[in-house]
Amino acid sequence: MNIEIITSDLLNVAMLVFMGITGIAIARIRSLFAVVMLSGIYSLLGATLYVILDAVDVAFTEAAVGAGASTILMIGTLALTSEREKATPNTQSFKALAVCSLLGLALIYASLDMPLFGDPDAPVHQHVAPRYLNDSGDEIGLPNVVTSVLASYRSFDTMGEIFVIFTAAVGVLTLIGRTRRRIKGDGDGTGGGHDQ
Amino acid sequence: MTQQSSDMQQKIILRVVSKLLIPFILLFGLYVQWHGDFGPGGGFQAGVIFASAYVLYALIFGLGTMREALPSWITRLVLSLGVLLYSGVGVICLINGANFLDYYSLSATPKVGQHIGILLVEAGVGMTVFGGIVTIFCAFAGRAAADINLTDDDEGQQ
Repeated sequence: MNIEIITSDLLNVAMLVFMGITGIAIARIRSLFAVVMLSGIYSLLGATLYVILDAVDVAFTEAAVGAGASTILMIGTLALTSEREKATPNTQSFKALAVCSLLGLALIYASLDMPLFGDPDAPVHQHVAPRYLNDSGDEIGLPNVVTSVLASYRSFDTMGEIFVIFTAAVGVLTLIGRTRRRIKGDGDGTGGGHDQ
Repeated sequence: MTQQSSDMQQKIILRVVSKLLIPFILLFGLYVQWHGDFGPGGGFQAGVIFASAYVLYALIFGLGTMREALPSWITRLVLSLGVLLYSGVGVICLINGANFLDYYSLSATPKVGQHIGILLVEAGVGMTVFGGIVTIFCAFAGRAAADINLTDDDEGQQ
């Protein structure tokens, strides 16, 4: 086997193991500050994984939005609420475990039908992707095909996305923006999530 | 958050390092914005990076100081202008007799039209994301400040 393939496989496995550990830690830890930090680490690991998969644009977004902006917003939320999760009585429900296991098994079973990773004959590589890769140089003329797709071919989608961000910001402003002369402790202003 | 930031204001290393870093963060944001056509990046990432410089400034020097440099009306304006710029490009295409967001109508040379369209649209995305992140952050941080102080300080949104 090629040494490059082995290294890349090792990196992939290491990243996935780290992500798994981080995920379990997020589920177990009660200190919400630590959870926020761990979710930032999770996003960074995801970004690294995207870099390994040669999706640098997605990795960039994940690092900037997932690890940066989300973490900051979550810390801002923590300042509004408590920094510790309320201890729930330790109920070990075997029904829930059974449901989760069944769902997991079903998903794994479904994944067996999926095309192999990186398979050039996979449907996703047969649809519009070849057209973008072959013709975007002549049609759009940008070296970065991702930008061509996002800003030109899929311009409507991107417009929808910035409308989502605009709406999220306006929603947050409406819910918790006007802080002055408001009585303490009214309701919990949970702002709308943001989209990448 | 005010408690944290007032603690942070005492930290000389944080103050000095962040002051040194912030111009480069802003510059990097602009680089990512305008080089999205040629390398990884684009409006989304650039907007977040540009906003992160201001968030860093607010974390270290306090929300009020940041709001003096960047008043809330500016971020709200930028937030809305980004959406307007993006949609406006589409409307200009309509006025030129083409489909909505059909950049070919922006110039006689097809590739130049595409380039202008993408540049403007990415600028709109960057502006909206920048305005959105700063607005949301300040809403949360300002609310926290109001909850802690229970005073009518001018740190929050006005």
